[in-house]
Amino acid sequence: MSLFLWGLVIILAGGLASLFSGRRPGLATFLGSVSAVVGSVVAVVPAFKVLLTGSTESLRLNWSVPAGSFFIQIDPISALFLIPILGLTAIAAIYGAEYLWAYREKKNLGVPWFFYNLLLAGMMLVVVARNGLLFLVAWEIMSLASFFLVTFEYEKPTVRQAGWIYLIATHIGTAFLIVFFILLGRQASSLDFDKISEIPSSLASVLFVLAVIGFGTKAGFMPLHVWLPYAHPAAPSHVSAVMSGVMIKTGIYGLVRALTLLGMPPVWWCWALIGIGAISGVLGVLFALAQHDLKRLLAYHSVENIGIITIGLGVGLLGINMNSPTLAILGFGGGLLHVINHAVFKGLLFLGAGAVLHSSGTGHIDLLGGLIKRMPITAFTFLVGSIAISGLPPLNGFISEFLIYLGVFKNGMAGGFESIIPALVVIGSLALIGGLALACFTKAFGVIFLGEPRSNYAKQAHEVGFFMKSSMVILAALCVLLGICSPLVIKSAENVIFEITSIPLETVHTELAATSAVLTNIVIISLVLLGLTAIFAVLRKLMLSTRGIRQVGTWDCGYARPDARMQYTAASFAQPLTDLFKMFLRSLKKISPVKGIFPAQSAFHTDTSDISEKYMYQPLFSWVSSSFSRLRWLQQGRLQIYILYIALTLWILLIWKLM
Amino acid sequence: MMIILKFANPILGLVIAPFLLGVINRTKAVFAGRTGQPLLQPYYDIWKLLRKGAVYSRTTSWIFRAGPVLGLAVTLTAALLMPFGGIPAAIAFKGDLILFIYLFGLMRFFTVISALDTGSSFGGMGASREVTFSALSEPALLIGLAAIAKCTGYISLTQMFSSVVPGLWLHSGPALVLAGVALLIVFLAENCRIPVDDPNTHLELTMIHEVMALDHGGPDFGFILYSAALKMWLLGQILIGIAVPIHSGNIWLDTSAATVAMLLLAVVVGIIESSMARLRLLHVPQLLIGATTLSVLALVLR
Repeated sequence: MSLFLWGLVIILAGGLASLFSGRRPGLATFLGSVSAVVGSVVAVVPAFKVLLTGSTESLRLNWSVPAGSFFIQIDPISALFLIPILGLTAIAAIYGAEYLWAYREKKNLGVPWFFYNLLLAGMMLVVVARNGLLFLVAWEIMSLASFFLVTFEYEKPTVRQAGWIYLIATHIGTAFLIVFFILLGRQASSLDFDKISEIPSSLASVLFVLAVIGFGTKAGFMPLHVWLPYAHPAAPSHVSAVMSGVMIKTGIYGLVRALTLLGMPPVWWCWALIGIGAISGVLGVLFALAQHDLKRLLAYHSVENIGIITIGLGVGLLGINMNSPTLAILGFGGGLLHVINHAVFKGLLFLGAGAVLHSSGTGHIDLLGGLIKRMPITAFTFLVGSIAISGLPPLNGFISEFLIYLGVFKNGMAGGFESIIPALVVIGSLALIGGLALACFTKAFGVIFLGEPRSNYAKQAHEVGFFMKSSMVILAALCVLLGICSPLVIKSAENVIFEITSIPLETVHTELAATSAVLTNIVIISLVLLGLTAIFAVLRKLMLSTRGIRQVGTWDCGYARPDARMQYTAASFAQPLTDLFKMFLRSLKKISPVKGIFPAQSAFHTDTSDISEKYMYQPLFSWVSSSFSRLRWLQQGRLQIYILYIALTLWILLIWKLM
Repeated sequence: MMIILKFANPILGLVIAPFLLGVINRTKAVFAGRTGQPLLQPYYDIWKLLRKGAVYSRTTSWIFRAGPVLGLAVTLTAALLMPFGGIPAAIAFKGDLILFIYLFGLMRFFTVISALDTGSSFGGMGASREVTFSALSEPALLIGLAAIAKCTGYISLTQMFSSVVPGLWLHSGPALVLAGVALLIVFLAENCRIPVDDPNTHLELTMIHEVMALDHGGPDFGFILYSAALKMWLLGQILIGIAVPIHSGNIWLDTSAATVAMLLLAVVVGIIESSMARLRLLHVPQLLIGATTLSVLALVLR
């Protein structure tokens, strides 16, 4: 525990020091990034220890706040979330040092580094806090620090709007959490998590709904996800990577923690989670497919992956409900492994998107093209991330999806009708998500990095510097390693799964050993695949070594003046799928078609705004604002009247008290 | 002997797979009243291509060169997971069918980005159609296999297909038929046959698979043809596994029966191609959604 606290102190002190040295950008960058990396390395040691040994470390200090206590504890669940939080934030800090350097003349760099380290500290505290009040304070620190990071480029109106949407959304979530903790604390007459015991089932269901809405807003469940497509593109890219890779996972952490407190799950909870997961997953990837902005596309993919994680949690919960250890272990194992995997590949993809933005100046997919020749390392790492996020072997994304599949397959084969239906829903939605994610990432990678440059933005792009490159390479290597070492990785989840499901440790151990054996087979197949690829590559090289190789233009059907603008764009690539699912997407199309023998200029424009924003939140908020406008007569703007209000309030309270 | 047996399916595939294309072409020729090309023509084509030099577009990068190599490696690796007749799969484990399907996803990923690497609109069109149709056929394939798994009670391809016996057909025939039809549609779609795609079309604008490989030539194109034949060989084995419940225990007998069944499947594909036109591209999704519905019914009925 002391190492964890030391890490926290280093991170906070580094952030403060960076804030005060804002006049000297070099020093501020150095202090901020180095303290984030060193603090993370120090703090990750106890997390690994707890995860592997299953012990817990705790610290309880008195706190003069009513109902609050400074009670923190690292148990295996906290450790599982701490590791990606610390790892990704440290790697993104290395990247951020170079990324933010471009702003050194316009901005005070001490400020973003201060909030970056504060965000990291907030996330660390969220996952170790064991008191409701402390949890909420940490939650607010995390939310506000990330708000200030999102609004880093506050001079742009779109960024300010994104900031406000994020601030309001996150506080609506927090409001539900406050109610959640008040109800929980009233039941147990303490806000310390370890004092909470038996909760009556009616209250537990209310608490479950509150937790799903409160934590789901942070995690980005459909339709609570509206802030993600605004906040992620607005933030600096290393911050987007951290927010999307690990900050939204604190929502998943909160949900898992709440589930451990709420006791035996009724079956409708499992169905709710599987349903929410399937809807978030499928709609998330569909909206991603319709986007033109790379970072917005990635933001929708976070919704999709949160969906996959939630499906995993729902399947695991169903396993507890149906008293099937196999299902519970594979569901939670797959879902939680996906938490880590998503942190790695989504972090990588956001850093890649940042590199593209940084060097070309635009994130508009249809203006790019051919970047693989100008930025070979970025292109390669982005390709690795794309394959991983599409859930394809041999990388890490496949492993976690495989575990969820395996769970429902095994369970569906053994049980009756009640286990076929979840198998059907989960297999169907995971398969559809997989196919659509492949479409989305072949589109993103293909249009941005391959072909010919579509604009001057793409032509002027160049490879990024050492720090940005190396952080992307580290994450790409992790995608491969987590895939190849998956038999070992899954065994280390033993204590976490035991902690969540309360299945006897021996059962968890044997189940995970069996799963690990299955994964070993997958690794063997992956290695065979790599070997065969190498053999055929050499064979091809040998065959071609003595023969003529010519370079020509691409086949254009004999057309005389081929042009880069004739290439397929991202919009045209995705069009069959977006048309097929237009009942969900409701894209706006503006077409001025080609007319006549000598056509004038024609244009085509599509815009896919968010359905839940357009049909749910906008009507809701305009209703709220119009109903509050009826109370406007209360606000006269005169001091005397406000003093009268205060006096009246005091009067009423006094009378109430006397009665 | 055991070692050879382990690698029997990839080796058999390498030897026999192109022959299936020959059989399909011959069947179509017979229906059209033509003599048709020699049965071994696909072998001649691949051999000719493998001995040629190569022509590359200036737009392309290493992705374009990696795609065909990876495609061939993937199909041969997938062959290690698939049992054939009396030959068990080289590696069998619970859930190997998921890996089997996702390996083809990896191959598709690279085929699609190799097509986009040329910067050609034709490549873009083919790639776009490929990802659209495969996104819809994937649920049909996985749910269909889940239905078979439910019927047999196993989730490993080897155990699954070795327990499809005549008794099972009597017991859960309807589910097997529904799943079989769904998987046949997926088989036709995945292998780019009529009614989804026409391998003989001559217009770039209407192609799917052929247009993605339009700019490939020489050994690369040879690899692509070979891996396409192997893919057909492997996906066909799913259909054979369901439809041919012959498990005598004699490895030679079972494998010969399966091989004959594969050739019959090629004849069936030839007949389908001769007797119907390809669907309009806009109607293909309906066909695939229909296949998914059949798979769902098969799983729920069982």
